Amino acid sequence: MAQVTIKIPTQLRSATGGEGTVRAEGETVQGVLEHLFTAHPELRDSLTDSQGDLRRFVNVYLDGEDIRFGDGLGTPVADRQELQILPAVAGGR
Amino acid sequence: MPATALTCRECGSTYPLEAQFVCSRCFGPLEAQYAEHPSAGDPDAIKRRIQAGPQTIWRYADFLPTDRVPTLPAAGPGGTGGLDGLPAGGTPLVRADRLAERLGLREVWVKNDAANPTHSFKDRVVAVAAARAKELGFTTLACASTGNLANAVAAAGAALGMPVYVFIPADLEEQKILATGIYGATVVTVRGNYDDVNRLCTEIAGERPDWAFVNVNMRPYYAEGSKTLAYEIAEELGFQAPDRIVAPIASGSLFTKIGKGFREWIDLGLLPEGTQVPIMSGAQAAGCNPVAAAFDAGHDVCRPVRPDTIAKSLAIGNPADGPYAIELARKTSGTISEVTDDEIRAGIKLLAETTGIFTETAGGVTTATLRKLAEEGRIGRDERVVIVITGEGLKTLDAVRGTFECREIAPSFDEFETIAEHRAEVTA
Repeated sequence: MAQVTIKIPTQLRSATGGEGTVRAEGETVQGVLEHLFTAHPELRDSLTDSQGDLRRFVNVYLDGEDIRFGDGLGTPVADRQELQILPAVAGGR
Repeated sequence: MPATALTCRECGSTYPLEAQFVCSRCFGPLEAQYAEHPSAGDPDAIKRRIQAGPQTIWRYADFLPTDRVPTLPAAGPGGTGGLDGLPAGGTPLVRADRLAERLGLREVWVKNDAANPTHSFKDRVVAVAAARAKELGFTTLACASTGNLANAVAAAGAALGMPVYVFIPADLEEQKILATGIYGATVVTVRGNYDDVNRLCTEIAGERPDWAFVNVNMRPYYAEGSKTLAYEIAEELGFQAPDRIVAPIASGSLFTKIGKGFREWIDLGLLPEGTQVPIMSGAQAAGCNPVAAAFDAGHDVCRPVRPDTIAKSLAIGNPADGPYAIELARKTSGTISEVTDDEIRAGIKLLAETTGIFTETAGGVTTATLRKLAEEGRIGRDERVVIVITGEGLKTLDAVRGTFECREIAPSFDEFETIAEHRAEVTA
């Protein structure tokens, strides 16, 4: 099992007791998130829909790379990688 | 300010009118909600209120989630005019008969938003966001930008006496970087594309609650500024909606807010009975086409792409409002198309040569999309079409360098005659 760091956005820190960074383990992004949800169950509803897919305004990055450029939730993770969860933000330019 | 709350577009949760942009329940985007218009039920009274206002976006203050920078001292000696020196909106809507004729169309209009103070439509959204940031007590303005927004935020910050931090991709057009730094803004060039910059700013905004990131934590207010484009087009046409709008899509926010602006006025009875939201045609570059690709494939969500196009102001590979843009295009029987970089250059030239308006690359995308739809017969012969030109060509000069030749001569009349004759042969 790979140990990864997960960065929690400010909007969701009430679910982690105010912590901005937590540790979790797994072999894929999905596995890591499941481990995260076990420790912090409130996060599951905020981040995933009833099918277990990521909600459409949730972006997840592995070492800065959008996981949709990899295998999405099936993207493999390695030790010491960083998973970042952020809301999709538009209105830019 | 008639706004009453922020509401989640996904799950409907409501929040107070603060610097919040994401629903803490489902992560959906928040949008301003309004109380009933003070003159609801009396369209003529609403029109009179609008027409009594200044020739800027503030004539539509009843429809915006902020007051007009109320905390500034009055203009004049010892005071500051605030944003009065940067009057956003009130840009021309011009009938483009020569462009229409070239494309075999009957009626084409150009909404030229390059005529804004910093030469792009971003002055509209920044005016609203900066006004709200002042109301909420923020002291620093910031943004993630591909250039135009950086220009607008830097200028607004200078006018308001607020420090500004802008974050842009390091490979941006030099003109856009210069036109930001000159106002005294701190320009942070990030090694990465806009999506990387946006990700960084979203993180910083979370950690710096005292900074107003106009397009991150101020986003629900900022985005509403785009509606004024729809209001102006309708008002300039004599309180009528056109049949079709062609507008560029980057994040999808501008496109969807134009649709929202028309919807609001239809619901208030400001447009003739039976008026529909115009057919909405979105324009993307082939080198950054996530919304067009999803639209073509019949998907509701956009798969991100890595941008590679000369249209850098549209180079958002991960457009958060993409799903709403797709929904709007479908609802109005519209389209979302993509055009190549060569078509974009040709679009810039076509607009310039037929209207005298020199647009940046995003306008090249829009014009090229109009041409494509016309050539494919997808625009009805009798449609009244408005294309939205969002920015100024002087900001993206590199894109058109080398697209025409100069004729050098000695200071001799004979030599000039040779050139003139040659020119006559070429154009004959």
